[in-house]
Amino acid sequence: MTITLLWTDMMVWLLVAALAVWGWILSRSPQIRKQWHSIFKSGIAMASAIVLLFYLFFALLDSVHMRFTVETHPGGGETSKSIHYEGDMVSLLDLLFKHTLSHTERTYSAPFATHEYAKSIVVDKNNVSRQVYLPLKYVHVPKGESVAGDIVKKSLFALFAGLLVSLLLIAVHLALKGRGTFVSKLNVLRRGETALPWRTAYVTFTLMLMTFVWMYLLSYHYHVLGTDKVGGDVFYQSVKSIRTGVLIGILTTLVMLPVSITLGISAGFFGGRIDDVIQYIYTTLNSIPGVLLIAGAVLVTQVMMDNHPQWFETTLERSDLRLLFLILILGMTSWTGLCRLLRAETLKISRVEFVTAARAFGVSKWKIIFRHIMPNLMHIILISVVLDFSALVLAEAVLSYVGVGVDPTMYSWGNMINQARLEMAREPMVWWSLFSAFIFMFILVLAANLFSDRVQTVLDPRNEE
Amino acid sequence: MNRIFHTFLLLIGLTVMLQSAVWNSPHQSGEAKKNILFAAFSLPPKRLDPVISYSANEWAFIGQIYEPPLQYNYLKRPYTLEPLTLTQMPIVHYLDANHTEVDENSSRVAYTAYKLILKKHIRYQNHPAFVKDKKGRLFYGRLDEEALSSIDSLADFKKQATRTLKAEDYAYAIKRMAVRQNHSPVLDTMMAYIVGLKSFSKHISHIAREKEKKGEILDLRSYHIKGVKVLDDRTLVITIKGRYPQFLYWLSMNFFAPVPWEADLFYQQKGLMAKNITLNWYPVGTGAYYLAQNDPNRVIRLKANPNFHKEYYPVLSDGEAKAAGISSALRRDAGKKLPFINEVIYSLEKENIPLWNKFLQGYYDASGISSEAFDQAVQISSSGTMGLSDTMRKKGIVLKSSVQPSIFYMAFNMVDPVVGGYSESAKKLRQAISIAQDEEEYISIFLNERGIPAQGPIPPGIFGCEPGEAGTNKVVYDWINGKRVRKPLSVAKKLLAEAGYPDGISLKTGKQLKLFYDSTATGPDDRALMDWRRKQFAKLGIQLVIRATDYNRFQAKIRKGKTQLFSWGWNADYPDPENFLFLLYGGNASVDTNGAGINSANYKNPEFDKLFNEIKTMKNTPERLEKIQKMLNIAREDAPWVWGFHPKSLALSQAWFGNVEPNAMANNTLKYKKINAALRVKKQQEWNQPVILPLILLFVSVILLGWLLYRAYSSRQKTVILREEK
Amino acid sequence: MLAYIIRRLLYAVPILIGVNLITFMLFFMINTPDDMARAQLGAKQTTPQMIEAWKVEKGYDKPLFFNPEASGIEKIEDTLFMQESLKLFAFDFGVSDANRDIAEDIKERMGPSLAIALPTFFIALVTNISLALLLVLFRGSALDMGMMVIAVMIMSVSGLFYIIAGQVLFSKIWHWVPISGYEPGWGAVKFVILPVLIGVFAGLGAGMRWYRSIFLEQVNQDYVRTARAKGLSEIAVLFKHVLKNGMLPILTGIVVVIPSLFMGSLIMESFFGIPGLGSYTIDAINAQDFAIVKAMVFLGSVLYIAGLILTDISYTLFDPRVKLS
Repeated sequence: MTITLLWTDMMVWLLVAALAVWGWILSRSPQIRKQWHSIFKSGIAMASAIVLLFYLFFALLDSVHMRFTVETHPGGGETSKSIHYEGDMVSLLDLLFKHTLSHTERTYSAPFATHEYAKSIVVDKNNVSRQVYLPLKYVHVPKGESVAGDIVKKSLFALFAGLLVSLLLIAVHLALKGRGTFVSKLNVLRRGETALPWRTAYVTFTLMLMTFVWMYLLSYHYHVLGTDKVGGDVFYQSVKSIRTGVLIGILTTLVMLPVSITLGISAGFFGGRIDDVIQYIYTTLNSIPGVLLIAGAVLVTQVMMDNHPQWFETTLERSDLRLLFLILILGMTSWTGLCRLLRAETLKISRVEFVTAARAFGVSKWKIIFRHIMPNLMHIILISVVLDFSALVLAEAVLSYVGVGVDPTMYSWGNMINQARLEMAREPMVWWSLFSAFIFMFILVLAANLFSDRVQTVLDPRNEE
Repeated sequence: MNRIFHTFLLLIGLTVMLQSAVWNSPHQSGEAKKNILFAAFSLPPKRLDPVISYSANEWAFIGQIYEPPLQYNYLKRPYTLEPLTLTQMPIVHYLDANHTEVDENSSRVAYTAYKLILKKHIRYQNHPAFVKDKKGRLFYGRLDEEALSSIDSLADFKKQATRTLKAEDYAYAIKRMAVRQNHSPVLDTMMAYIVGLKSFSKHISHIAREKEKKGEILDLRSYHIKGVKVLDDRTLVITIKGRYPQFLYWLSMNFFAPVPWEADLFYQQKGLMAKNITLNWYPVGTGAYYLAQNDPNRVIRLKANPNFHKEYYPVLSDGEAKAAGISSALRRDAGKKLPFINEVIYSLEKENIPLWNKFLQGYYDASGISSEAFDQAVQISSSGTMGLSDTMRKKGIVLKSSVQPSIFYMAFNMVDPVVGGYSESAKKLRQAISIAQDEEEYISIFLNERGIPAQGPIPPGIFGCEPGEAGTNKVVYDWINGKRVRKPLSVAKKLLAEAGYPDGISLKTGKQLKLFYDSTATGPDDRALMDWRRKQFAKLGIQLVIRATDYNRFQAKIRKGKTQLFSWGWNADYPDPENFLFLLYGGNASVDTNGAGINSANYKNPEFDKLFNEIKTMKNTPERLEKIQKMLNIAREDAPWVWGFHPKSLALSQAWFGNVEPNAMANNTLKYKKINAALRVKKQQEWNQPVILPLILLFVSVILLGWLLYRAYSSRQKTVILREEK
Repeated sequence: MLAYIIRRLLYAVPILIGVNLITFMLFFMINTPDDMARAQLGAKQTTPQMIEAWKVEKGYDKPLFFNPEASGIEKIEDTLFMQESLKLFAFDFGVSDANRDIAEDIKERMGPSLAIALPTFFIALVTNISLALLLVLFRGSALDMGMMVIAVMIMSVSGLFYIIAGQVLFSKIWHWVPISGYEPGWGAVKFVILPVLIGVFAGLGAGMRWYRSIFLEQVNQDYVRTARAKGLSEIAVLFKHVLKNGMLPILTGIVVVIPSLFMGSLIMESFFGIPGLGSYTIDAINAQDFAIVKAMVFLGSVLYIAGLILTDISYTLFDPRVKLS
């Protein structure tokens, strides 16, 4: 077994590392600490952050890929010394969900169903064919137990387990955090007198964890969110889609930031020709209808990939490369908005007295930019990052509908919705794919929106009152 | 409160009034009760030019408008040609190299001449191009700016006229086909047959280019093809090289439909082109219908041609009807004058889902069945045959199923070093893969049983496809207890080991065998399909890498022979085995013909090719059958294709839509069909009663909300005032 | 003023050239003329001779940017790029690959696009403003908080869900409106009502929040406090002062989008089968019809620039403090 990193994996971990470093640097500035503190003072922000971290955790879990070696063939064992790999890579998340992968049914089944959703033809011993609901291959209710009874029993156990794990983790966190005895901290917490709304955070955490553990444990015995057309588990697909959504949301900003920051500040600070050229570039890019530009660029990269099939060994690598290109393209087409904001703000700041004074004293330009301008732009950048996140997650679905989104073999909410359109036309409707995609996406975007709201309220200087 | 009560009463009154009407009809009100057929098209036709159109969505229109010399009998099976604009089937003469007539079986046959004699009194639809001035020139032939300014569609021309169909119109159409700039897809095929077409094409294309440069109009009347002779107004002789009995089938296709020279000249005017008035969009034909409105973005409307010649619903003898499985309901109109329906409105429906829903609401008179809708529509009866589900039957919907003369296959590129070649091990590898592709499962999952596994290239219903054990592919299937049973996976694994890949690991390199599969699958529904395909190879331990690309690039790759495995399909042009076997003929190999050849698997087997050349010109005799069986067995053994499946088409029609019988070869079937409009109106109202309750609830809750808000406001106003007073 | 507009218009020219260059490069990188020919000539049996003839006819046989065989200025002029872009500036969009006049098609399809875009725009404007006013009226109350939470929720749902759910509920189950389709004239009402309602609802969350923040800024101004102190009723205050003074930021904010209404909505149109410019664009991308895509991109850019200029003008007209120079 070897760990292999896909392109996007590398970017994600790079981003995580960068965030950690950045966080450490920032944490030394008391003013910024105060800002963040005031962001998290709101219970909603705290709860949203927990939800976002949950999603991020799954995205990261799904960003560690590895390949297993094939056992050497007994016949050619001695002669061949090279290592053979199994066909596709798997991630940590795949290992966690190994059972759902092997529990692939034949076709559609509803959540918690024991039989298929549609009737099939069966020829019995007398050579008479009938239409019956076939039982599912991997759902077995213990003898002498009703389905509902079995579900309730297993649910209770799972919920209890979830609660236990969550309480344990919370206790560890509580014990490690701050000073004082554990009991006194517990009392403060119970009364809700902590500086930050930790009570809300713990409740959210417990709820999220219990829900997940419940669904996960039951997924060993049932298809908790049903199965799709070829019998794939929808719960697994929804969880796998998290990575796609989160990655598009955060990596795009990662790609976009350097471009818009560099160009925005240069345009505002240096002015003149440079400003003209940069303004020309972004007005031109902006004036092309967005979807057309993205569609065109995605098609180009697809052609490129079609012409170089040797670039990727597995389908996963292929779809990953397409995701990478999509992220790059989205980044390249969405930097203009932030760039324009930064340019205007830089222009404003460079006219402020202390900057003009610094210039007059011959302080080097780079020093001015890093000392005076950059710090004053931070709030704009941060607000735009959190605002863009939810927009990008939603955009993925629309792009997939138009046919220029992620690779169709990739699990993503957009692909699920797209497929669900066909399913909704069935009678009776196959609603669970759409439903799962809806819920998973809704929670993520809602959390992101609520969090960005809070960030905006706190950081926007106009709101200081 | 009183006011609310009044509005509520009013609402109820309105509901009662509207109870009789339907709200959700996508058609204009009142049209449902007329003798109009409501149909849909999913892809706007790109062109309606008889020498170019070569796809089903264009034939659906063009077939009703243009009339080639021959047609397929609507009801007879197997498919039988009959004269359409001719008085009898073409008279065939066999000629030797000196153009003297010889016996059919003579070895000296060098040419075949087809004599076509037209019926009298066939007239074109009314059209401005036929209006002439006193000197016989086109009245609308020189439109100036001023005349053009008042014209937006054909209907804006005040004068319209007609004329009788002449043999020269057929000759004119063939000449149009020869002009390279018209992009006729059959020109290169026809050049090989029609005498003098090749040199004529070169000559006329050159002239056309010169004329276009000078801005002149090209009148083809003064040019002649050697092999196409007009003897008089009603007689035409077409001479082709050698023997080619399938030529008759070509004469039933739109490429040989008449084009009046008036129309060609009329539409060459630059001013009309700028208004989208071209032969592409406004065809001129003698058929049962004419194109009344062409808005390819939304609706296409056909209306019955008032000048249509006398044609009658086919009469079958009892024996013929029994052989073709034609019910008595379909024979009720025998001998009646065609057409029955006055007008057809085709609406653009790009997607299956709205189309299906509207069909269920009664707003379309016919529909196919998409796989999503299948469970809802079809049930399998106890005898194993397909039948309608109870809900459909209650609606009076009728189901017709037929196997299409098509095949969908997965091909191996025979020039590929791994899967190609004719060595024993390569053959075994292909055979192993063929056995592992569980087509039965494919059909069950992705087609809802709407298909039958193919045993060779020739689909059922076409000469050469045998039922039972004789027609079974013994490489992939066993014949057990009177049934075809796919060979077990163990056989495939054994073959694979013999081919040098035990459990999918190559003996030579020690690595897992990895194959590349090209597909055009990029849609939402295709992931499942690709997963399935990968699974089929994984069963053997082979890793399948899928390269998805768009259809264009896919074609380019195949043309250059740069693939390993790919899936493709073929639709019959005419019901003859030659039209399928030529897909495997070595002379048609893509790589050798610079991509022009149709044999995209690049399969070449000398014995197969020899037999192909023999059966090509034979009549359907037992001897031909025997040779075809021999060819099929060679191909099955070599396994250049995984034989895939022949799709079954299921068509649904509403109770009020009559005389519907699927005919995969004929395109002009609209004229036979019938509508019972009164029944349609009744059923539409029955099925589409709007659910009013939510509307009432919505109304009530809005009023309630308004009242609550008003109260909240008043109390707030008070507190504000109080606060201010403090 | 006039001089300013003229200068802005001149400034648009290099932008449009840039736009052209980008689209041209993108599309000829994806589609070699061979690909286009194959797509246009149909799938069954396309021979190399046919492809060659098609390219010559469409003029796609020329080199892309530089023609070494020609002489003098023709080296640049007799190329695909020049041939394709020069005509655009005269709004001559040429003929689509299906041999239809593009300008004519665009004219035809603008109607249906506007039939959805305009009602959606105006109804959304009125609904959003009235709801925002309502919220400002009840600011700080439970209603305000509740509605703000609902607004965030509305924003957090992908538009595709609204469309799918709306179609299932209103068309399939309740039989209120046709599932999809279009007809010109007043008959269009039954077809556009659902897409318009869905469009309005999907934009409700963001719209409501934006207008509310604008109005809240006004409410806290001194003159509003004075007005209220004078004993004006809350509603009177809202309409007389808050709405009136909020008009300027609202107006300048929405003027920029008005021209782009002409482009239609890609998703709505293709879901509801509306033959507008949005579905025209999608179909052209799928059919790889370069001529149409180019025309639509050009049109989009022109409209965008028009929006920018309109915004500037509306500033001068409504805000006396701004002077264009």
